[in-house]
Amino acid sequence: MKYPIRAGDVEHGGSASARIKAELTAAGVDPITARRAGIVAFEGEMNLIVYSNDGGTLRVSVEPHAVYIEVEDNGPGIEDIDLAMTPGYSTAPDWATDLGFGAGMGLINMRKNSDHFEIHSHVGAGTKIQCWIHRPEPSPAKGQEGS
Amino acid sequence: MKLTELARVIEGTIHVGAEQTELLVDRAFAADLLSDVLALTEEQTALVTGMTNPQVMRVAEILNITAVILVRGKIPPPALLEYAEQLGVPLVSTKKTMFETCGLMYSNGVHPCRSKAVSEMQGHG
Repeated sequence: MKYPIRAGDVEHGGSASARIKAELTAAGVDPITARRAGIVAFEGEMNLIVYSNDGGTLRVSVEPHAVYIEVEDNGPGIEDIDLAMTPGYSTAPDWATDLGFGAGMGLINMRKNSDHFEIHSHVGAGTKIQCWIHRPEPSPAKGQEGS
Repeated sequence: MKLTELARVIEGTIHVGAEQTELLVDRAFAADLLSDVLALTEEQTALVTGMTNPQVMRVAEILNITAVILVRGKIPPPALLEYAEQLGVPLVSTKKTMFETCGLMYSNGVHPCRSKAVSEMQGHG
């Protein structure tokens, strides 16, 4: 599943993520994993809207043992990732904070809700964030081998 | 506390979900900062807020919010009402402040939802 997100498109902010959560649930992903994936997607989506130069893309795939979410843009890139990952540190413009976002918790929250989190960013080139959210093992009652 | 009882206690109006008379509101989190709602709540909860933009309902959808309570006399815009209706998430408004609304809910048995403080978010979580 691939969702293009436009920079500055506040009005639709979060709508792709709400759709992602509904689609994951429809695809049989359990509610806890779907909630975590929804949070990761939402934070990624808002970051693209608030910070990216020309928007970016959310990609979601359902793997047998995990939900994979990728957030990618073409800039501006993050100069100091450690600083950006500090709770409360934010460079959000006023219009984002007026909406209740840009509190400097987004990247941290994406990491919190992921079992594996990677961020790569280069100033002038862009940012790519990859998150894997593990799905719980199917219960033995569901009849997987070795139960 | 049941939804109808909650509305009575905070002198609120139920805009959406009035038919969900048996819905139990036993946990709540209050914030205008939706970033904090997304990052800090650790379980299903009702949300007390002064924000009325569509993102409130999108956050509610993602976090499985039990009910949204708008404070300080905020009038829910039609888009928010429609979204709440579509999701089946009860929407209540009150003229009371966030502080007073929370105080009334707390003293009538609604507990804080399990949550983290921002200071606990450093490092891998």
